[in-house]
Parts: sequence; structure tokens; C-alpha cells
Amino acid sequence: MTTNFVIEGLKASIEGKEILKGINLEMKGGEIHAIMGPNGTGKSTLASALMGHPKYEVTAGSVLLDNEEVLEMAVDERARAGLFLGMQYPSEISGVTNSDFLRSAINARREEGSEISLIRFIRQMEAKMKDLDMNPEFLHRYLNEGFSGGEKKRNEILQMMMLDPKIVILDEIDSGLDIDALKIVANGVNAMRSEDRGFLIITHYQRLLDYIKPDFVHVMMQGRIVKSGGPELAHRLEAEGYDWVKEELGIEDETVGQ
Amino acid sequence: MTTQTILPVNTESLKEISLQNNEPAWLTELRLEALELAGQLELPRLEKTRLDRWNTQSYGAYQATNVIDSLENLPMSVQGLVKDENLEGSLIVQHNSGVVYTHLSSELAKQGVIFMDLHTAATEHGDLVKSYLHKAIEKGENAITALHAALWNGGVFLYVPKNVEVTLPLQAIFLTDKETATFAPHILIIADTNSSVTYVDNYVSGEIEGNVVHNGSVEVFVKAGAKVRYATVHQFGNEVTDLSYRRAVVENDGAIEWIVGEMNDGNAMSDTSSILKGNGSSTDAKVIAVGSGAQKLNYTTRAQHFGKNTPSQMITRAVLREQSTAIINGITKIEHGASKADGQQTEKVLMLSPKARGDANPILLIDEDDVTAGHAASVGQVNPEQVYYLMSRGISRTEAEALIIYGFLAPVVSQIPLEGLRTQLQALVERKLGR
Repeated sequence: MTTNFVIEGLKASIEGKEILKGINLEMKGGEIHAIMGPNGTGKSTLASALMGHPKYEVTAGSVLLDNEEVLEMAVDERARAGLFLGMQYPSEISGVTNSDFLRSAINARREEGSEISLIRFIRQMEAKMKDLDMNPEFLHRYLNEGFSGGEKKRNEILQMMMLDPKIVILDEIDSGLDIDALKIVANGVNAMRSEDRGFLIITHYQRLLDYIKPDFVHVMMQGRIVKSGGPELAHRLEAEGYDWVKEELGIEDETVGQ
Repeated sequence: MTTQTILPVNTESLKEISLQNNEPAWLTELRLEALELAGQLELPRLEKTRLDRWNTQSYGAYQATNVIDSLENLPMSVQGLVKDENLEGSLIVQHNSGVVYTHLSSELAKQGVIFMDLHTAATEHGDLVKSYLHKAIEKGENAITALHAALWNGGVFLYVPKNVEVTLPLQAIFLTDKETATFAPHILIIADTNSSVTYVDNYVSGEIEGNVVHNGSVEVFVKAGAKVRYATVHQFGNEVTDLSYRRAVVENDGAIEWIVGEMNDGNAMSDTSSILKGNGSSTDAKVIAVGSGAQKLNYTTRAQHFGKNTPSQMITRAVLREQSTAIINGITKIEHGASKADGQQTEKVLMLSPKARGDANPILLIDEDDVTAGHAASVGQVNPEQVYYLMSRGISRTEAEALIIYGFLAPVVSQIPLEGLRTQLQALVERKLGR
């Protein structure tokens, strides 16, 4: 059975202010969906609400991953069910090494007694780090502490590769990356494309989509998906900006809850 | 407000105990002077801590102990603390009021190292003991130091001769399990010129049917060019009030390193200080602490710079759960003339419960222009963003919090150069965290 991810009527608010005003989206394994839109339209809120960030309160809707209700799961259960969020601002955690952290994350998915062996884990991690052109010393560095913006993003992709999720959400993974780093990250994502994995890529630049070809493009404004299309939509947005969308839909201020 | 110290012993009986123990006259005299002072002095005034509300009275009485000939006759709880290398090596064990086991490796004895209970040393090495005892921590400082000087028992005397480098750590264990017995060990270490030594000790309690005060003092004299590493782990049960003073006096180019694990379950006050007397002398203090239950804790690290070119480094990290309270003080004092001194200190407190209270007080007192000094302090709860981040990778909340807590202590724990001690501390931290 291929992966199936359905968001229906999702509403979420922060500190009583509604940001998501009913999101509908359906994704299948093998598909890449891009969500585009100007700043402040609710894109990152969508990512955080899907993962279960404690600051966001979901007030309505449902999110089904392979027919299981994600919204009823705790954050860690969502992750173990197959959801992965590559974050825009990953936390820095002092004293916890990258390798200890990732090994805990992998073992959290395994039965007690069948934990991954240290040797096997290190080998896997070193191989993936090589793919991402990361210095092996990052294994032993404290999690994201003192990492540059680009290093943090690569570290997010490294985690994605190690954890083998079903649905990958990447929140502004391209921000702060130079073109070389962008290519490396895109290669990492492309290497992970498979029939049973879906991607939801949030960005407000077209340039990432030059390297990761989306099947579907959605535009978010005012906390809703206001327009959907194929890859050609991304190209038009790149060429003409967002004004024509606003005009077409009669939107004056595209932001929400600011 | 004046709190009259209630003396646990009178002059006659203190004199009698001293005579019975065949102590030299100077020591008997010293104890009696100290007892008199104890009657006049007050408890130390600690930042935001009311020591007068703690149990500081349960001293019991001196009780003679019988020496044992084999480690197998020690309580099981103590046997587990003996480090592998000390099973055949150098070890002193104190049980309540007296030392019951002493062993010094023949190799060290040949090199002239002295390692025995302080009581015996006062007779056998009277001149040496007399010229150093209570010279770093003076009996007249407050009621606690005075009572200690009057009552101390058992204890350790360690002397490392000039140029002798001791590679294996020497170890001592202090056990209290009788509420009627005074428990006040005194540790006196003298590292002579260009010598080096590592000493590790453990403070534990067994089953006690009442309360005990541990009033302990540690004095370390680091001579020119000598290096002393002092590691101590306190893991008393909640029946024990722990009052501990530790102080080192460091001469030219000498170095003292403190590693302190505060893992008690009862109220505890400790004051760990280094007096950098000589030029080029240095100190490095690492303290990790975990508070639980209704514990009240007050931990101070100090560095006092007199010598020129003297670096000091002090780090305290405390984790507090349940209703525990901790006041963490760091005091860097740079005296006039201590040019090129460099004093750095960090105190960090992580609170795991809304009822836990932590306070970090970094204090820099500088009377010299040509110095560098810095401090950092923080008090906070487990960061929910960090917990969310770890959970978003499939790690459970409990596991995520554990990672963050161990991560908080790791920068200090990972720096501990003794593997056995590091493992022991990690296990104690886990136990204290109830995991």
C-alpha cells in the first residue's frame, strides 16, 4: 500500500489568533508537493501544526496518514508513524552529541532488544554525511550548537536520511543556503525520492524547485491554499511574482494574523 | 539575631576523649580552645539560606571503633565503592568516629608517601601535622569550623614528598551509619615541591535511625610546582546534614583541581575554595549537583588571587527536581597586586519542576587593574522548544528530557579525567533523577 496523506479542513491558531483557516491537501507516496507563498501567509504554521508544535492549537480538521489520525498523536508518535519535519530553525542542544541524538531517534523506532548496533549506526551515518559533504567531526559535535545556518540545514537532511520517513515536510530548507549547499541538499532529497515517500516542500523561492522538481504547486495566502497547479505555476510565480494571484482572487493583504 | 551554639560535648569529656586516644598535648589544647570558640561563635551567614533552621545539632558522641583486617568485613555498600585499582592499592576507610582500614601500597611507602588516618599522624608526624592543621580553614571562622576543630575524628593525612609523582589515585571512604556517633573526618593533604597526586573520596551513609551531622574539613597545601587533583563524591542519605569546607592554599606554579559531585539526599552546605598565594598558581573547580525531594542546598566555589599570573576556572552545574532549593555562589576575588590574574566562573541551574528553586550568584571582587575576569550564570527550566525538537524525531518526552538533562551536565562530566569516577557520577545522577 502506497503512503497516503490527507489534510482536511485544518484550522490552527496561536495565542488565540487563527492562522490556518481550513487547509485541504491530499498527497500520495512518490509525489512532491510544493507550497509557495509570500511571508506571513501561514506556510510555516502549517508545517508546525502538522508536526504538533506545542504553541499551535489545532481547532478543527483532520490529518490522516495511512488512515490514522495524526492529530490525536503526540509529537513523538507522529514521528514514529512516519512524519518528518525539516525545520526552519532547528534547536541547539548543548551536551547532546549529534550521534547520541540520532541513535536515540533510530532506537525509538525499534523494539527493546533490537537496537541498532553502534558499528552499523556509525557506518550508516558516516556514509550519509559523506553524501551531504559534511565533515565527519559533526558526528561528535553537540546537536546544532555553533552550526552555521547551512550546516543546520544539512543536519536536518541527514536526519531525514537516517530516519527513513513516509512523509517529509521541509520548512524553508533553502533559506540561508548558498547555491552549492542548495544543490547538495536537493541531491539528498532527490536520492530519497521513492514510491512510498511523499514530500511537502515549503519555500518562497522558486530556485529550490529548479533542483527538486515538484509534481504539484500550491500557493498559500491568508491561511488557505488559494491556488494549485503543476510545476508551470512555480515558473510563473518566479517570473511574475504573486501580485497576479492576488489580483485574480481579489486579495489585498495576503498575510494572516500579523 | 544571635543563635547560641549548643555544644555537643563539655570540656571535661572532650579532654578525656583526647587523653584516652593518647593525643599529643598540643592537639588536646587545640581541641579545647576550639570548643571554647564554638561556644562564642555563630553559624556562618549564607546567602538566602537559614542554616539555623537546619539540623546542625546531631553530633552524637565520639565512639571508639575496631580496626578491621580485611575489606571483606566492610559493609557491602562500601565494598562497591572501592575502585578496582584500590582493592590492592592505597585506601583508607572511616566508619563513624574512626578509621577502620588503612592500606598504602608498598611502592608509595618506599617513595616516602605518608597515607594514614590523621589521628595516628598527629602522633607519628606531629610536627608536620601541627604546622598545617587548621591553617587553611581556621578554627575561629565560625561555629562550624570551631566545632569541627574540637570534634574531628578519623580523617586522612596524605603527604607526598618532593618530586614524587603518584600516578594511581589514592582513595578514602567515609561511612556514617550510627546516629549516636560523631562523624567529623578531617582531610589534610600536603603535596611537597614539584610532586603530583590524585586523591578521590566518597562520603556515604548506611541505615540510620535518626539524624547525623557530617561536619567535615578538607585542607590541601600545594607547594611550589606541585599538582593536586582532589575528587569527592557526597552521597549521604536524607538523615544526614552535610556541612563541608574544602580549601587549598597554592604556592608558586602549583595547581589544584577540584572535582565535586554533590549527590546527597539531605540538606547540604559546601564551600570549596582555592587561595592562589603563589605567582603562576592555578585552580580549576568543577561541581555537579542534583537536588531532589525537599532538599535545601547551598554550594559555593571561591578563588582568591594573591599571586601574579594566576588563572582560576570554576564551573557549577546543578539540576533541581521536585521541591529542592539550591543557592549556587561563585566568588572570584582578585587582590591588589595580583596582576595578570584571570578569573572565570560559570554557574548554571536547570530546574525540572515548577516547585524547584535555583539561584545563581556570580560575584567578582577585583582590586587590581591588570586582570581579566568573566562570569556567566543562568537559571532556567527545560526548554520546551528543545523537547519538541527531540520528540519530532520520534524520541519520547521522558527520553528527550533525559537527553537534555544529561546534556546539561555533560560538558562538566565529560571533563572528569578519571573514568571510574565519571561512570560512578553518571550512575548517581541517574539515581538522583529517579530513572
